[in-house]
Amino acid sequence: MRYRFDVRIGPVGFRVGSAWRQPIAALRDLYAGYPEPDGGIADFTVRLEPERPWRRYLRPSVAIHGDFTLPDAAPLPLAQGLLAAEMGMNLQMALGQRRYLLLHASVVERDGWALLMTGHSGAGKSTLAALLGERGWRFMGDEFALLDPGTGLLHAFPRLVSLKNAAIDAMTAEIAADRFGPLLMGTPKGAIRHLRPNAAALSAMDAPARPALILFPRYGFAAAARPVGASEAFVRLTQASTNYVAMGEPAFDALSVLVRDVPGRAIDYPDTEGAVALVERLWTEALA
Amino acid sequence: MGIVYRADPPSARCLVALDALDLIYHRPSGMTHIVSEPVPQILDMLTNGPADAEAIVVRLLEQHDFDPEGAVEAVAARLAELEAIGLVERT
Repeated sequence: MRYRFDVRIGPVGFRVGSAWRQPIAALRDLYAGYPEPDGGIADFTVRLEPERPWRRYLRPSVAIHGDFTLPDAAPLPLAQGLLAAEMGMNLQMALGQRRYLLLHASVVERDGWALLMTGHSGAGKSTLAALLGERGWRFMGDEFALLDPGTGLLHAFPRLVSLKNAAIDAMTAEIAADRFGPLLMGTPKGAIRHLRPNAAALSAMDAPARPALILFPRYGFAAAARPVGASEAFVRLTQASTNYVAMGEPAFDALSVLVRDVPGRAIDYPDTEGAVALVERLWTEALA
Repeated sequence: MGIVYRADPPSARCLVALDALDLIYHRPSGMTHIVSEPVPQILDMLTNGPADAEAIVVRLLEQHDFDPEGAVEAVAARLAELEAIGLVERT
């Protein structure tokens, strides 16, 4: 490939190749300071290529290729090349990761203990994790939680935070402008702006944490919290996992221990400030 | 005599009891099942060899204290469900 960027995010090494300079330049900028893959060997490869050779120049559109591909993934316009790279990295993880049980969840850590938040798209887990990461917690990831079946520990995967729509304004009000990528309008998920995790998230990236609380947040409702039993948590987390079936018995063992040992709570919240207060209260209760 | 079922040996399953429900990981199929009582108990009773619903109720009564009224029909219904998900099969 003409342009290339190698990066390690948590325990996972990526090689991103691109036919265009722009997406790689954006990645270099936003992932500045991240290490290279261990031994220079990437776990996954992402290729951003024109659909047809002439589409490199003419109405350039970025098709996402790599070790694993989805046959019907629609290409993105070149202006959204950074999004294509991030989507490509997600896709490789979702389809190819076998070392860790992947949960579609965000994770933050404090005092060595991890808070796991999972929910449907739009539930606010990403925004909540990003916000907590600026307020005394360590941001470990907003997309995938990596559960090690051997140890039961969660490993950090602090990719760029993908802020969507209303969350963009909420976070730009709090955080210095130089941590944001370009504002991408009209993507398949609306407006998207990437946020670089802070220095604390990057420097502690290799430190795993033991899960202490699982939250199932839901945005847009009056503040409320209810316990989630172990069996309900198990069902919801298997649904939130992209590789539970492929991992087989180690995934079953890891997930059943997780839901048996770690309390779960479903929370409703009307706004992010209310959510932060609710999280702090539940966290204190869980660790008491 | 009702339909006689057999089950894989207990080593083919990993059972984890949670709050209200039990999880069963079935090793031959790689499938996870979420079940409630008396499913784990019925599978236990088949450890001693194939049986029909009536024989399973007799085995259950030796170990558990419950009202046998309607038990054969209930166990037969559970066996049919277990057959559908591949945890028991007809002999």
